[in-house]
Amino acid sequence: MFMILGYPAPLMFGQLLLGLINGAFYALLSLGLAIIFGMLRIINFAHGALFMLGAFVAWGMLQYGGIGYWPALIVAPIIVGAFGVFLERTMIRHLYKLDHLYGLLLTFGLAEIIEGLARNQFGSSGMPYAIPAALQGAVNLGFMFLPIYRGWVVIAAVVVCLVTWIAIERTSLGATLRAATENAPLVQAFGVNVPRLITLTYGAGVALAAFGGVLAAPIYSVNPNMGSNFIIVVFAVVVIGGMGSILGSIVTGFGLGVVEGLTKVFYPQASATVIFVVMVIVLLARPAGLFGKAT
Amino acid sequence: MTGFLARQGFSRAQGIAFVLMVVLIAVAPFQLYPVFLMKVLCFALFACAFNLLIGYVGLLSFGHAAYFGFGSYVAAWTAKNWGLSAEVAILLGGLTGAGLGTAFGWLAIRRLGIYFSMITLALAQMAYFFALQAPFTGGEDGIQQVPRAPLFGTISMQSDLHTYWLVAGVFILFFLLIHRVVHSPFGQVLKAIRENEPRAISLGYRVDSYKLTAFILSCFVAGIAGGTKSLVFGIATLTDVNFQMSGEVVLMTLLGGLGTIFGPVMGALIVTGMEQYFAQLGAWVTVMQGVIFVACVLLFRRGIVGEIGAKLKIIL
Repeated sequence: MFMILGYPAPLMFGQLLLGLINGAFYALLSLGLAIIFGMLRIINFAHGALFMLGAFVAWGMLQYGGIGYWPALIVAPIIVGAFGVFLERTMIRHLYKLDHLYGLLLTFGLAEIIEGLARNQFGSSGMPYAIPAALQGAVNLGFMFLPIYRGWVVIAAVVVCLVTWIAIERTSLGATLRAATENAPLVQAFGVNVPRLITLTYGAGVALAAFGGVLAAPIYSVNPNMGSNFIIVVFAVVVIGGMGSILGSIVTGFGLGVVEGLTKVFYPQASATVIFVVMVIVLLARPAGLFGKAT
Repeated sequence: MTGFLARQGFSRAQGIAFVLMVVLIAVAPFQLYPVFLMKVLCFALFACAFNLLIGYVGLLSFGHAAYFGFGSYVAAWTAKNWGLSAEVAILLGGLTGAGLGTAFGWLAIRRLGIYFSMITLALAQMAYFFALQAPFTGGEDGIQQVPRAPLFGTISMQSDLHTYWLVAGVFILFFLLIHRVVHSPFGQVLKAIRENEPRAISLGYRVDSYKLTAFILSCFVAGIAGGTKSLVFGIATLTDVNFQMSGEVVLMTLLGGLGTIFGPVMGALIVTGMEQYFAQLGAWVTVMQGVIFVACVLLFRRGIVGEIGAKLKIIL
């Protein structure tokens, strides 16, 4: 067994992998938050709850419909995204002319409702969700054993993040979206249906969260608190990265996951707080965030 | 009496409402369970402290549980281990809140609006993890069996009614303090910052130091509320620093009415009452709280007291 900085290499790589997995979820969630914030100017506090809902939809599809992981990976985000569209149409859209704080308060209330209902229905302990057959087992990489599913999570998250980034930066729909983020009235004057664009943006951001939830289902047990455990850390990630840049939030998400993983090796006591400490340092050194523009 | 109230910045309607509130506080323990009422008063004070920021400076702190919780921990720990008398332990709780608020506020006011809320939330979560791991907080168990320390070292607090008068006194004292601050020249500047921050800056006010002072003051009173609560119940636990607690104080203030003097008190009464009497419903209470959040934001943003005031065309 060879050592890195006095620590056994398998331990190091194991935590690095765990860090990357957490980072994958941070990236998916903060990416969705950033997209939603860009268009709607609200912080979606319900993001964690909708992440959890994605996992529950996947679990329910298997439990009651016998529909497995692969269809769920596509269908669950669509269902949760449609639910997001419903939320935006019926409630969130009434807040655009108000102080942004009301958006935070409303979505906080929505998160409480969704999580409270889930807790009533399923209790707090959580249900297992089996790893799909094709992704079971592990491969020996020589320096460590890599559970295939965990590798898949990282790859899938990276691909989805990059596809989202390309869709926003390189397609005409994305160009319209970016234009509407900059100046919605002007884009509307060019004949774009901006309210519908806003609705779809919210739906897409929420679908990203739900996709993360389905990916997370086999790793963590499917439980009502899985989203709220993430959301506050993701807020810190968003403060660190700044919400101005799509690529920035992806990079920050993965980066902080790795930082957290490595902290578990070197100083485990601080692993729960290290991201907040990084946030404090960034606030002192670069208040606008690593990728943010000064506001 | 009227002269005194007018000097504290009460309008006629507010003066009447204040006298009514004091009378209700005085007769309530003979009708209702005093321990429940003490809980209401502690949370009412906490919500008033929170309202000082959201209602008068426009800062939404989503991590106020940290100051409340650490105030509660320090008051409980010092009362238990050093045998301090009640008022000193509570004051130490307040100073703890203020100290923590100085550090966190100094960081958080670097960003505006929604970022401010996220930073306060994240910092409070850091404080929560600290409370979870630090030895003096007792981790998951919390600090238990805190004695009800005698007031001034002599007046026994063993009876619920004695303790109730102490809590009522603390509440009214700090309620008046907050009211005085809001209606002072300092408070007027805070409102100016809430209404139009760039203009307040261009008028030459050092906006950041005003914000920070208000933040520290709010955290001080939150710490006082937490310290009082821990002495009443003889316990300080993670519940007090948890982010659900931060959400609850937001809910109380929003439901009662942001930026109203009596709103937080009304909100604390309703939310605490709901938890007390619907406790057997378990997680449904969370759902109900969520529904109230949504209803407040969508239907009556002025809150209960704000709506009453608008109907009667008075500011409460």
